[in-house]
Amino acid sequence: MITVGHYLVLSAILFAMGTFGVLTRRNAIVIFMCIELMLNAVNLSFIALSSHLGNMDGQIFVFFVMAVAAAEAAVGLALMITFFRNKETIEVDDVNLLKW
Amino acid sequence: MLDSYLPILVLIVIAVAFAVGSVIMSRLIGQKKPGEVKLAPYECGMPPVGSARERLSIKFYIIAMLFIVFDIEAVFLYPWAVMFKRLGLFGFVEMGVFIIILLIGYVYVWKKGALEWE
Amino acid sequence: MENLVQMALQNVNMAAIMPSLVLCCFGMFLLMINVFMPRGKTTAASLISLLGLAVTFVVTLRAWNHPELGFAGHVALDNFATFFNVIFLIAAFLTVLMSDDYLHREGYPVGEFYPLVLFTTAGAMWMASGTDLMTVFLGLEVLSISLYVLAGLFRGQLRSNEAGLKYFLLGAFSTGFLLYGTALLYGVAGTTNIADIGFYLSAHGKMLQNPMTIAGMLLLAVGFLFKIAVVPFHMWTPDVYQGAPTPVTAFMSAGPKAAAFAALVRILILGLGGLQADWSSLLWMLAVLTMFIGNVTAIYQTDIKRMLAYSSIAHAGYALVGLVAANAVGISGILFYMLAYTFMNIGAFAVLVLAGKQGEDNLTLEGFSGFGYKRPFLGVAMSIFLFALMGIPPTAGFAGKFYIFAGAINAGYIWLAILGVLNSAISLYYYLRVMVYMYFREPQEDYGWVRMNPGTVVSIVLAIVGVLYLGVVPGKIMEMAKMALF
Repeated sequence: MITVGHYLVLSAILFAMGTFGVLTRRNAIVIFMCIELMLNAVNLSFIALSSHLGNMDGQIFVFFVMAVAAAEAAVGLALMITFFRNKETIEVDDVNLLKW
Repeated sequence: MLDSYLPILVLIVIAVAFAVGSVIMSRLIGQKKPGEVKLAPYECGMPPVGSARERLSIKFYIIAMLFIVFDIEAVFLYPWAVMFKRLGLFGFVEMGVFIIILLIGYVYVWKKGALEWE
Repeated sequence: MENLVQMALQNVNMAAIMPSLVLCCFGMFLLMINVFMPRGKTTAASLISLLGLAVTFVVTLRAWNHPELGFAGHVALDNFATFFNVIFLIAAFLTVLMSDDYLHREGYPVGEFYPLVLFTTAGAMWMASGTDLMTVFLGLEVLSISLYVLAGLFRGQLRSNEAGLKYFLLGAFSTGFLLYGTALLYGVAGTTNIADIGFYLSAHGKMLQNPMTIAGMLLLAVGFLFKIAVVPFHMWTPDVYQGAPTPVTAFMSAGPKAAAFAALVRILILGLGGLQADWSSLLWMLAVLTMFIGNVTAIYQTDIKRMLAYSSIAHAGYALVGLVAANAVGISGILFYMLAYTFMNIGAFAVLVLAGKQGEDNLTLEGFSGFGYKRPFLGVAMSIFLFALMGIPPTAGFAGKFYIFAGAINAGYIWLAILGVLNSAISLYYYLRVMVYMYFREPQEDYGWVRMNPGTVVSIVLAIVGVLYLGVVPGKIMEMAKMALF
């Protein structure tokens, strides 16, 4: 029997994979895909909890997360394109003009 | 509860069997006369041009971006449509405002020339 | 079901979101104007956005002492929200004033700048008035997404591109943590309403030490601490502040920071008040780390924008002290400090806008040599803002720090207050160094190119008035900040 616990564990694993990817990958688009993986892991949690609690709030939240993620994707891709036009690369190691 | 999914399972099995079956049957009983044209990759009936490993134009990204944004907003229309009668006039006006906001975005994109290919 | 729908419809109350509604209407109107006007004509847009901000200001002030609750308890336009709304509006107003000439000088007269500033402000308002994690999240995202674009506004400039891309990647990353924290708290309490989470946790005391609650709180806090730029989530700040267009940096350091504080205070006090012992000891450490790392690193900077970025990290640390104290003086101290910081920091950036040449490569300490003699007005203005940032009486910075540290002492955090004062002393070094360069070094170049444009000057004068007013008679505003507590 699959319980809400299974879903939460799966979601935690996906979230950790996304976090790990963000920290280790070097290509901006792949990093962004890892961030999307994190957001979708959260969505899975929301839906599992929503059905477990018998409360619609979680599902509504998922709608908003999806819409926001789409807007974020549009802005993010646009920023990457402008960066690419100036520098011909989207490796984050090349994002190095500003240094601490 | 799972019983209601039985027809779908049957459909999936038949579809897969038909697809796999036709490929295997044509391989077994069909005639084989390979020619240069026949072996070329199929590109919607057009003669293939250049290498397949080309970079895609960056213009596709802009179209993709616009698609994502406008596409996802449709997600809010579904729950609204389901509850349309109960939400009454107020719901209708609210969704009208929502669509107008999207329309403003659309006019902006259009006038800025993001939809022009050249 | 039928009843639920009826209830939801009756609970819609447009008055609760009126200020942000006005802003959004102006923002969309500006977008449309911008499309149908010839490229490069942005002065009209800047005037209309100033009008929009003024109208919103009036609408906002009318809400003082007239709290409105709307959208089934998702939005509350209480005094707390109104106080913060005023801060956001002032920040946006001062920013817009200084922007028009700057955008033309840098060769990017893009009309989208103004609607984006208005949308950012509207997002900040939702963060301050959101009483549900859902509203707070939406506000945060409206604010962040507009800011990503603003940071990368100068498309042809690699520096601005980098700032935008960095801010975007790290901002989206932190949003992931924020959302995961929200999901866990939702799982514990079965609601995303902040006050209801608080009620649930106080009714079910044993849930307080549930790992899911603790993890939810920590993840949620990470999201906001990132926006506030608290060590160790500050790595993006110097790069983004240095690379972004100067007015955007000015705005970013005041408005969004205050918005994140507003949301964090509401969530920690109302929603997670039962866990105060846990989060206050954590924030204690973070506040000390933030103050020290911000101030010490600022000493090593030669670029003034970058120095102000580290100084802004340090100031976030001071404000956190008020949240650690979590008493009436401390929390209203945060409100007061955010208002004071808005005036003094945006003022300092406005001077930088006027002092910068096209391309802004001269905004280093060396570039400021002899600046005070060549440009007496700007020199005096910059000195006032630097004194305020140091926390010297009779400026706003002193009053703000005084209230915050007083709050910490009242709550028994004497050591924290001592460390805070010690840090103010460290900060004297790098702020005074700018003044030494301005007044005791020979000018290296001709300052004939500084063009005093009216917008920026008005912005500087308003900021000076604000800094001095808050410094000389802080009592009245502090009284209002106390009335703003929930």
